[in-house]
Amino acid sequence: MSPATFLGMPPFPVAAREALANSQQRGNLRNATRTIRAKRAGVVGEVDDWEQLRRAGAAIKDEVLGNLDGYLEQLEASLTLAGATVHWARDAAEANRVVIDIARRHHVDEVVKVKSMVTGEIELNAALEAAGISAWETDLAELIVQLGDDLPSHILVPAIHRNRSEVREIFLREMGKNGIPADVDLTDDPADLAGAARRHLREKFLRAKMAVSGANFAVADTGTLVVVESEGNGRMCLTLPEVLVSVVGIEKIVPTWTDLEVFLQLLPRSSTGERMNPYTSTWSGVTPGDGPHEVHVVLLDNGRTSVLADEVGRQALRCIRCSACLNVCPVYERTGGRAYGSVYPGPIGAILTPMLRGIGTDEATDSLPYASSLCGACFEACPVLIDIPEVLVHLREKVVDAHRGRMPGTVATTMTGASWLLTNGHRLAALQMLAGVSRRIFWRRGRIGRMPPPLSRWTDARDAPAPPRESFRAWWARTDGGRGARRADDDGRDER
Amino acid sequence: MEPSVMKVAVFVTCLNDTMFPGTGTAVVRLLRRLGVDVEFPAAQTCCGQMHVNTGYVAEAVPIVRTFVEAFAGYDAVVAPSGSCAASVRHQHRLVARRSGDPRLAREVATISPRVYELSEFLIDVLGVVDVGAYFPHRVTLHPTCHSRRMLGVGDKPEQLLRAVRGLTLVDLPEAHECCGFGGTFALKNPDVSVAMGSDKARHVRETGAEVLVAGDNSCLMHIGGLLTRERAGIRAMHLAEVLASTEPGA
Ligand code: SF4
Repeated sequence: MSPATFLGMPPFPVAAREALANSQQRGNLRNATRTIRAKRAGVVGEVDDWEQLRRAGAAIKDEVLGNLDGYLEQLEASLTLAGATVHWARDAAEANRVVIDIARRHHVDEVVKVKSMVTGEIELNAALEAAGISAWETDLAELIVQLGDDLPSHILVPAIHRNRSEVREIFLREMGKNGIPADVDLTDDPADLAGAARRHLREKFLRAKMAVSGANFAVADTGTLVVVESEGNGRMCLTLPEVLVSVVGIEKIVPTWTDLEVFLQLLPRSSTGERMNPYTSTWSGVTPGDGPHEVHVVLLDNGRTSVLADEVGRQALRCIRCSACLNVCPVYERTGGRAYGSVYPGPIGAILTPMLRGIGTDEATDSLPYASSLCGACFEACPVLIDIPEVLVHLREKVVDAHRGRMPGTVATTMTGASWLLTNGHRLAALQMLAGVSRRIFWRRGRIGRMPPPLSRWTDARDAPAPPRESFRAWWARTDGGRGARRADDDGRDER
Repeated sequence: MEPSVMKVAVFVTCLNDTMFPGTGTAVVRLLRRLGVDVEFPAAQTCCGQMHVNTGYVAEAVPIVRTFVEAFAGYDAVVAPSGSCAASVRHQHRLVARRSGDPRLAREVATISPRVYELSEFLIDVLGVVDVGAYFPHRVTLHPTCHSRRMLGVGDKPEQLLRAVRGLTLVDLPEAHECCGFGGTFALKNPDVSVAMGSDKARHVRETGAEVLVAGDNSCLMHIGGLLTRERAGIRAMHLAEVLASTEPGA
């Protein structure tokens, strides 16, 4: 079975329309995001210096991004000194090749994996599969997604769109094909489901010779990688197998060990709404007699340096993948993550995916910066102060500019026309006169009902107001701003 | 500066000017009642937000130019729209930068900070919370995203409503969630926009209010359009119109 892929997904509005009809997902997301929002608000509210922490988190990341070349060299040196082998990967193909080569050298045909966004980004599992190597996801939700041949829909809770009876069915059907089967009398009780996953995974932990992880942070001065998780599966992957390969985006650096203080407060409170996450694993290279004998670190670019080159967009590289922006996003709450066509869903995905892939690559990518009402809830929640609405608007500008010179579509023509009209008060007044005349045609209790396309995009579900008899500027001119009003209704009191 | 000697202009906004003139006239009546002689510079048109937020920043340049020309020389500019005021204060400098014209950038830097959303102008500049209004109805307030998150008006609209005689203000569930209008978002992603709006409309109905109030007619056009389609019997009304209302004969 080859893993599911985001390749070739339709543009956001189309994918979203389908997702909106998925009642199971709608219900799950409504409940889950509401719960997590309340938890997050609670634990964030109890930290007096939360705003200072956010500013500190942003400042530390900006320091790294501003001097990334130096920090990367420092990290490479400290990792090497600690006994790790550092590999540099320009793109997904290079990173995947490094991991496959290491696996081949050790003659392994399977690896266990700690949940990692970056290996999803480079589609490592598919590459391993093609090389005849099985990749076993060991995070519970990631396991559900993998066994169900499904795509993740949330950064932190990738199987958020599933309910427990679906999980039970997937376990019963798929576990046996991939290892220890689930008991035939498996119930959909969460503890029972977790028990089945434990038995299934334990066999893999004890057998696997090689593990693949990502990292939440890479400490430049000590050469330490950090993985933050909740289930203990990470701890197992990071300590049991003989060979450990970690794929790390180059933006994951923090300068010093003490900087972790800031992020280990920001991350769990923003992501799971916990004061502290259950498991924090840190390792610096190889420690003889303790943990893996061979430690590899693959430092991945894959578009990050071009994000860095974008003055406005580079703030997206501060992201610590906490998923707070998803949980507060009213669009995400209704569409779920898969509509965003990338491992990075929600508001952060809407800015990061187009920047990593490049604006103008395809219609689906270019639709992402528009997948937002610009309400600003994400910016308000982000622990590292990424002004997502600002970046969205900036990327929309780039989308439009990338299409200049081609045949202008309806939107472009409308926008050019509207700009001409709205640059001059007299032109606007003429338009308003026309609108006033059209009132007689469309008038129906002051409301316009269903209209043909493209107006149907508005009127299919909503009434539109009928244009008034007289615009404000016409009223002002006629009555001298109400000062010359002779009739009672001439002070403009009548219209609605 | 004393309000009576301030040179104050209303930036009525293109949407209100064209579709909701009653909001503009309400602002004029309200401000005059409070002793402010407000002017309407007829050269004004639009803030350019629709263009900027859709990515047509180059096309927004002449609109912003028109804006700064229309409002040059005023001490304060009052807009009955949190969204348009936020666009002027936060986006005009981006547009000016794109134009590459340093003079436009200077003019924007002078004028943008003098632009206020209505509730800001009333409370922060005039220092009034009780504007002497009378509105004997059950009302719920939708605090619009841009006024709250971009301008930081906080609970100013609520304070103003609470001081209105006869008015009963009922809390809106999930008040801070976006209504789904989002400018061209409503057309580019109509399905998501309507999904968000229908939840907002449902919460409005849950309050049992007769009137839904907000400081932005764009959001009201969206939520109100859903409410009338449902024949909900709830009126959408701009904050300015509530605040301009007085007892008959008063
Ligand atoms: S953008 Fe901010 S809120 Fe969203 S996942 Fe990244 S760090 Fe968290």
